[in-house]
Amino acid sequence: MIRDITIGQYYPADSVLHRLDPRLKLSGTLLFIISIFLFDTFYGYIAVTVFLVSVIKMSKVPLKYIMRGLKAIIVILLFTMFFNLFLTQGDVLVRLGFLKITRQGLYSAIFMGIRLTYLILGSSLMTFTTTPNQLTDGLEKLLSPLRRIKVPVHEIAMMMSIALRFIPILMEETDKIMKAQMARGADFETGGVIKRAKSLVPLLVPLFVSAFRRANDLAMAMEARCYHGGDGRTKMKPLRYHRIDYFAYLILLIYMTIVIAISVIENRLPSFL
Amino acid sequence: MDMIKTRDLTFEYIRRDEGGNVESINRAIDGVNLDVKKGDFIAILGANGSGKSTLAKHINALLYPTEGAVWVNGLNTAEEKNLLEIRRSAGMVFQNPDNQIIATVVEEDVGFGPENLGIPTEEILKRVEESLKAVGMFEYRKQSPNKLSGGQKQRVAIAGIMAMKPQCIVLDEPTAMLDPEGRKEVISTVCSLNKLEKITVLLITHHMDEVIYADKVFVMDRGKIVMQGTPREIFSRVDELKKYRLDVPQVTELAYELKKEGLDIPDGVLSIQELVDALLRLYP
Repeated sequence: MIRDITIGQYYPADSVLHRLDPRLKLSGTLLFIISIFLFDTFYGYIAVTVFLVSVIKMSKVPLKYIMRGLKAIIVILLFTMFFNLFLTQGDVLVRLGFLKITRQGLYSAIFMGIRLTYLILGSSLMTFTTTPNQLTDGLEKLLSPLRRIKVPVHEIAMMMSIALRFIPILMEETDKIMKAQMARGADFETGGVIKRAKSLVPLLVPLFVSAFRRANDLAMAMEARCYHGGDGRTKMKPLRYHRIDYFAYLILLIYMTIVIAISVIENRLPSFL
Repeated sequence: MDMIKTRDLTFEYIRRDEGGNVESINRAIDGVNLDVKKGDFIAILGANGSGKSTLAKHINALLYPTEGAVWVNGLNTAEEKNLLEIRRSAGMVFQNPDNQIIATVVEEDVGFGPENLGIPTEEILKRVEESLKAVGMFEYRKQSPNKLSGGQKQRVAIAGIMAMKPQCIVLDEPTAMLDPEGRKEVISTVCSLNKLEKITVLLITHHMDEVIYADKVFVMDRGKIVMQGTPREIFSRVDELKKYRLDVPQVTELAYELKKEGLDIPDGVLSIQELVDALLRLYP
C-alpha cells in the first residue's frame, strides 16, 4: 500500500494535455494564474471559466479527482471569503448585529472564492497531467537562464528528482521502524497531540540516521557512475517541442490576448455592478 | 597489460578528534599487490573488516592510497585527470540495491552513467537497450525501481554500469542483501557478462558458493592478501579458511571431513555432483 504513494498526484491517462511539453504546461499554468487576478468583474471570469472547463475536459482527468484538491484549501477558502464578506467597508446591504455585509464586500468575497478555486484547479491540473520527472526536467530547462547569475539550477533539479525517488523508500522505512517500535510496546495512536508528537521522536532519530547513511551511499554510487555536476552532461530524453506544443503556445497567446483585452475594456466601461 | 594492478597498496582510516589531532589509525589495507588480467573473473573473499570493500573503492578511485599505487587499465588512480576514464572503465556495483538507483524509471537509471559521460542521445538509447537486454531486464524498462525485487534491482544496477561500456566491473558484496533466488540471478548475470561480453569481473563477497565460478580467488584478512589460487586450491585448505573466519560450502566441508576420516576423496570438492562421483568410485 505505502509503496504506491506517488507525490504530485499524477493521474495517468492518454490525453493531449498529458503529451504536451512540461515547459509549456509550467508557463501556461503561470500565465493562467496571472490571468485570474486580472479582473474585478464577472465578464472576465466567463472567458477564464470557458478556458478552464475546456482544458479540464481535454485532460481526461475525472472532475471528481480534480475537485478533491479543493478539500485541502476549504478552510482557507472559507476564512478568506468570511473576512472579505464582513470586513470590507462600503455600502451596507445587510446588518447582522455588529456584523455588516457591504456590496463591495460581497463582490470581493465572491471574486476571492473564484480566484482561489481556479488557482487550485489550474495548478492541480498541471500536476495531474505531468509526471514528477517531467516537471523537474521542465523546471531545469525553464530556469536554465538563471545559471548565468550562478543559481545551481541543475543541482536543484537533481535534488528534486532524487527526493522523489526516495520518498517511497523512506516511507517504507518509517513504516518498518514504526512496526519495530510498536512490537516493543511503543504507542503512536493514543493520547493528545503533544503526547503523540513526543512519541514520534524515537521514530525520527533512526529515520534520520538511515537517511544520512543512504545519502552517503547514493553519493558514492553517483560518483562511481561518473557524475560530476551538470557540465558536459547529455540527456537521455531531452525535452523537444513538437508541433502540438507550438499550437498550444498559440492558443495560450490567444487566450492571454483575449483576457487582457477584456480587462482593458472593462476598466474603461462604467461599472454596472 | 593488466586490467588492475596494485603495488604495495596501503590505506589508513585516520580518526581525528575535534582539535584535529590523530585519535587512532586503522590500517584497512596493508601492502596489497594484486594483478588482474583482462577477461578474468576474480573473487575476493574476506570476513567483515578484512578490508575487501576498501580495496574495491580504490579500484574505482573513490578512495586514494595512503601509500603505494593502483593502476586501472594502465592509468594511475591518484591522478585527477584520469578520474572519469577510470570510473568509466571500471564500473562499480554496491551492496544496497536501493541506494544506488538514482532515477524513478528503470531505463532512465540505466541512462544515468552515459548521460554523465556526455554521450549523444541516440547512442544513450541504444546502449540502454543493449545493457538492459544483456541483464535480462528489458521488459521492465518503463517500471519504477521500487516495484522490483532485490535481485532485479541489482541487475538494473549492473545494466547501469554496462551502459558506460566498461572493461571491468567491481561488485562489492552485490548479494549481501538478497534472498537466495536474487543471489542466483545476480551471480548468473555476472558470469554471463564475463563469458559473453569478456568483461573483467572482480567479485567481492563472503558467500563461498559464489566463488566457485571464479578463475582465481584471493582471500583477505586484516588488510592483507593471505591466500590466493583457483577455487579448488583455496577450498582444499579448509582449516586455513576457518582461521580467517570464513566458511566453506557445505559439500566441500563434508568432503574434507570425510577425507580426514580416511576416505580417498580428492581435495577441494566444489559441487555435490563431484562428491557423489567420488563416493561412487569408492563404493561402486
